[in-house]
Parts: sequence; structure tokens; C-alpha cells
Amino acid sequence: MDRMRVALMVTCVNDAMFPDTGKAVVSLLRRLGVDVEFPQAQTCCAQPMVNTGYLDEAVPVVRTFVDAFAGYDAVVTPSGSCAGSARHQHSIVARRAGDRKLEAAVAETSPKVFELSEFLVDVLGVTDVDAYFPHRVTYHPTCHSLRMLGVGDRPRRLLEAVRGIRLTDLPGAEECCGFGGTFAVKNADTSVAMGADKARHVRETGAEVLVAGDNSCLMHIGGVLSRQQAGVRVMHLAEILAATEDSPSGHAPATSPATTPAEQIAGERA
Amino acid sequence: MSGTFVGMPAFPTAARGALADTQLRHNLAHATHTIRDKRARVVAEVEDWEDLRLTGAALKESALRDLDRHLVDLEGALTARGATVHWARDAAEACAIVAEVARAHDADEVVKVKSMATQEIGLNEALAEQGIAAWETDLAELIVQLGEDLPSHILVPAIHRNRAEIREIFRDKMSAAGRAAPDDLTDDPAMLAGAARLHLREKFLRARVAVSGANFAVAETGTLVVVESEGNGRMCLTLPDVLVSVVGIEKVVPTWADLDAFLRLLPRSSTGERMNPYTSTWSGVTPGDGPQEVHVVLLDNGRTRALADSVGRQALRCIRCSACLNVCPVYERVGGHAYGSVYPGPIGAILNPLLRGTGEDPQVDSLPYASSLCGACFEVCPVRIDIPEVLVHLRSKVVDGHRGDRVPKAEAVAMKGAAYAFSDSRRLALAEKASGLAGRLFGRLGRTTLPGGRAAAGRIPGPGAAWTGARDLPAPPRESFRAWWKRTQEATRGTTDGGREDER
Repeated sequence: MDRMRVALMVTCVNDAMFPDTGKAVVSLLRRLGVDVEFPQAQTCCAQPMVNTGYLDEAVPVVRTFVDAFAGYDAVVTPSGSCAGSARHQHSIVARRAGDRKLEAAVAETSPKVFELSEFLVDVLGVTDVDAYFPHRVTYHPTCHSLRMLGVGDRPRRLLEAVRGIRLTDLPGAEECCGFGGTFAVKNADTSVAMGADKARHVRETGAEVLVAGDNSCLMHIGGVLSRQQAGVRVMHLAEILAATEDSPSGHAPATSPATTPAEQIAGERA
Repeated sequence: MSGTFVGMPAFPTAARGALADTQLRHNLAHATHTIRDKRARVVAEVEDWEDLRLTGAALKESALRDLDRHLVDLEGALTARGATVHWARDAAEACAIVAEVARAHDADEVVKVKSMATQEIGLNEALAEQGIAAWETDLAELIVQLGEDLPSHILVPAIHRNRAEIREIFRDKMSAAGRAAPDDLTDDPAMLAGAARLHLREKFLRARVAVSGANFAVAETGTLVVVESEGNGRMCLTLPDVLVSVVGIEKVVPTWADLDAFLRLLPRSSTGERMNPYTSTWSGVTPGDGPQEVHVVLLDNGRTRALADSVGRQALRCIRCSACLNVCPVYERVGGHAYGSVYPGPIGAILNPLLRGTGEDPQVDSLPYASSLCGACFEVCPVRIDIPEVLVHLRSKVVDGHRGDRVPKAEAVAMKGAAYAFSDSRRLALAEKASGLAGRLFGRLGRTTLPGGRAAAGRIPGPGAAWTGARDLPAPPRESFRAWWKRTQEATRGTTDGGREDER
């Protein structure tokens, strides 16, 4: 078998609003020897439509998704929520569309979608990614990564291995932050009430940085923290794992090196 | 708050009011966390909890699959044991049957065991119209009834009240309903319970007709089961001469042995107890012991409608434990009244639309959206109802119910627009270019900086205000990831689509 073909599914939110997270994933994976590709036909996982009830509208989006990622061995995404959407909702959309071809394509793609921490720990088999981040950090496990995917303690193990990091426990960590997609605007008052409690817990930790695996949730909690002038910034897990002494921002280098874990795995599979 | 949910506003509006009630917020946060923690402790003791959940779900699922047969069996077994079985299609029919039984005995009052089915059909109000007083005897239901309030929780209907408020309700309202509270009543829980005990004792000894629901109905033996904590239910089920039980058709289980799993799942999930203090079972009439006239009203009231929904029917597995309420972050903050139904919380958000239908009442249609889809409810449900799955399914039914509208909602237009952009990456790239330009503008005009140094978008008018009213929003970046990749990576890689062009 050739070397593993890995695609980055950057997600629409990261593409349009948080490109640095995508760059960090590229940088991190290249450092680990994965020659990640970015299929440019990709758009969105269709979760905004599905979770708001617009299933018909989701059909062409899911079709775009399976077309964009067909043929890859693994699809890595810096979002627990979007990974959950691809793994658990695409089949519902395809079934409803009554399109057998789409159902088959979804069955092919869905199991290959990995949230970043799953890909690092389960596929590459690494927990120490040689990152350096000398800051006080607290970690919020987002609901979909926790309960839909079951990533468990993978993100924590990755963070614990980061040099210089001071990791503090977040009280009520497993409680939802209140983002919830369109819930954040359809039920803005309740969403903000939940966000305020999450922000309070974050402040209680004394952390400088709140980290999570979903930028959508971080946009919400970070938005509350910012409005409070709380002095806490939010960062995606990928950006902390990508950070090194030479490149504290963790952004992607221009070229790809050719090194270890992914090639080893490809070698073992061959 | 008066004694009816009729005319309640849609969830977002009702929630806004509830969120501003500081005492409610405080009472609920305390109560839900207490029960939540207690449940977690006792569930953790059971090694095979997951197997037990699977068993419970499978038993209910199989009972629902042959519901017609089990109901006829139940009717046969009940009748053979001297009970009278009535069938009620809806609330009005069920209420009329109960009223008729009470009238046949010239009763002007009935005592009630806590029952969700009778709350659902508005039995107390229907009986009041006929001049029959229905006395709630469950402590929390008594608090709600005396306070002319509405229940806000399935298990603990007065969860929104604290003991100081309960003392005031007893002091002010008990005398009009019977024996008054003692003059020196304090907010000591034991003293409050003592006052309720004396007040209720009079009613138990006087009433000739009792009304109950049932947690389970065993088809094989014609046995109804009531599970409770206080003993008031046992009083109602044994002291009066006449007993009428209103039972939802989904309560049926085929055999006595099926109770095993449920009697282990229910107490740990609901009150956080290993075993509930009182489990009463009765099969028709036992000569010389307990009620000598027993009626069972089998209630549909939308259950067959729910059964016809292939995704939603799993909600009929519900055993009304309320674990989903106690763990729900939305319920914890807004309480039960905001759901506008006797069934609040996550289960209410699916059960109400399933029983009543979607696409007609904006209040009902708002319920499937009253969730952040965090999934905590599914995790604790003892019969594994995938509430997030049903919520999303019901959202699609709400949307589909409005596809024929002459003037589509702004949300529908936005979703169609998003689907158009997301169906082709070139369209999305154009949209991102526009947002990048907006980002540049914000960068120049914006005055807010997010922690870490990024520019914020400032306060947005119109629909965007729902976000920026309380949360900062990052300004869009000048360059999307897609554009960055194209500019910096594509040239060095020499392929446009990850090397897939040649494989097509």
C-alpha cells in the first residue's frame, strides 16, 4: 500500500473565521510526518442545516462532502462537532434523500472521519507531539467530542505532554457551554446564561488560556469572556499542539518535511 | 402564575422571563445539582448499568411493537379480576369517565395519587367544573395546588420552590383547603412535612373515591403498579372504596418478570435511591381488602400519533424518571414552566410535539429547539431514548410543516442560501472573499480587541444582535484558510485538488 492519504477537513467555521486553526493542523501533522492534503472541493459538513431541521437543504451539502473526501484513507478535522456530524448524521440525510448511491458513499466516507485528537492518539499513536506552550491552560471538553464521539481523555493526554504547560481542572467541565449552533441565536438568552456560568468556571481556574477542540464553542465562551474583559483568551487544541519554541504561534511552514509516524504506519500497513 | 399552561408563549420568550427570576435560578441550580449528583453516585454502584439500560429499552420496544395485543390482554386480565376497563381516545373522554364514576357515588371530592397522566389531561380542572374537588396528596403536588401554581418538574413538581416559600404557602393557603397549618410553623423540613401529614390525613380518612395513574401495567396479570416515596399513594390506593386509575397505553409491559429491570432502573434514575420506599401493586378487586370498585381508564391522547412516528416512537419508552430534566443545562436555568406543559425538560421537548403534532402551534413547535443538543439527557436516560436524535427529527418536521408557507421565514431563506453556497466550493470562496472584505473594514473601524489581540466585529444590528448583544464576535479574517492554502501551498504542491484530478 502507498503511504496513507490524509485529507484535512478544515470545517466551514474554521475556513471562514479561524484559518489559523487550519494552519496549525497542517503544521502539526507535517511535523509528525503526515503529508496532509486539502481537498479544495470541500465546503461544510451540513450540520447547521441538519440541526436546524433543514434536511432537504443538507442533501447537496452532504453530496459535496462525500465527493470532496472520496478516496482518502483518513479525513482529519479540528472539530468534534463536525466529526460527529459526518459520522452520525450524514447517513440520516442520505437515507431521507432516498439516494442509494449517496448512502453508499456516506457509508464509505463516514468511518474515515477522525477528530484531531482521535487521529493523533488512535491513528498515529502519539500523545507527545513535541509541543511547547508555557502558559496556564484549562481544557473544556465540548459536548459533541465528549458525548457524540467519546474522545475521552485523549485531548487531555495530548495537553499533558506539552512542555511548559500548566494545566488546571475546569469545574463543571462536562456541562454544555450553551453554544449549540443556531441555539445560540434562537435561544440567545438561555445560551448566554449557560455561557456566563461556563465563563465563571473558567475564571475560577485562574487560567490564561481556555482550550477546546471546537472553535464554535470557543467563539461563544470567548465572546462572553471578552465582553467581561476577563483577561482569558481562547485557543483551539490544534494551535497549542502546533506551538513550538521556534514557532510559538504554531502556524504552518511553507513546505512539507518527510519524517516519522505516518510513514511508519504506512510501512506497517503495506 | 395561574393554574393553566394554556396560552403560554413560545419557549424563547417564556425562558427570558424565567431567566430573570433570581430565586428560581438559585432554587433550580441547587436542586438539580443535588439530585444529579445523587443519581450519579447510585448508578455508579451498579456494575451492569449499561446492560440494564439496554434491557429496559428492549423490553419497552418489544412491548410497543405489539401494543395492540398487550392492551387487549391487559383488558382481559383486569376484567377477569373484577376491574372495569374504559378506553379513552383523548383528554375529554378520560375526564368524563372519571367524573362519571365520582358522580355515581355522589362524591364531591376525590383524593389523588401523584400522576402525570391526570395532569396531562387536566383532570383536576375538569372535575372542578363538575363541582368535584380533586385533592393532590403528594407533598410537592400539594404545594403546587395550594400555591395555585403549576408543576415545573415531573418528579418534584415544586422544585422551583424553596422551604421558605413552602412555609408561606402552607401558612396562607392550608386553612381554606382543610386543616390549617400550626401557628408556629417554621421552614424546618420535618415540621413542614408534619403539617402536610396532618392536613392530608383528614382527606385520606374522609374520601370515598381515589384517583391514580400507574407507572406500569402488567398485561399478563392485570396488575397496576405505583412507585412512590411518601406513602400517600398507598393511603389513596387502600383506604377509599372506589379507585379510578388513568393509565397511558404505553405503560403496558407484557409480563410480571418485565418489572424486574424497571424497578431497578427507575428509583436510581429518578430520586437517586437504590429502591423506592413504596411499591404498590394491585390486580382488580380483592374482596374485603382495599377498594371494592376498581376502574382503569386506558388513555391514548396522542400516544398512537407518537407511535406512528418511526423515529419519535422511542419517546414512548419513557418511564417518567426525570433524570433528563435534572441533568439538562437548559432546564437547570429556565425551569419547567417555560416549556408550557406538564412535561418539561428534554423529554417534554420531544413528548409534547409527538403527542400534539407539529406545524400548528408555535409554542409546541418552539420546543424541539429548546436544546443545545449537548446529549447529557441521552447519557442518563434509563431506557436509552436518544433525545437529541428525536429533537433533530422533530425540528425537521417543524420545518417541513412550513415548507408550503407563502412567505418563508428569514431563517428558511438563510438556510437555502447557505445550502447554495455550501453546494459548491467556488461559491463558498466568493462568500469568504466578501467576509474578508468586511473583516478589513472591521479592522479599520472596529474599536474592540479580543483577548489575545484579534479585532472584534463590534455590535451588529438586526438578527446579528442576538449574538453580539452579550458576546463579542471576532472580525472575519482577511484571508480564509482556503485562500491561504491556494496562495501558499498549491504552488509548491503542483496539484489543485489534493492529487485527485487524475483519479476521476
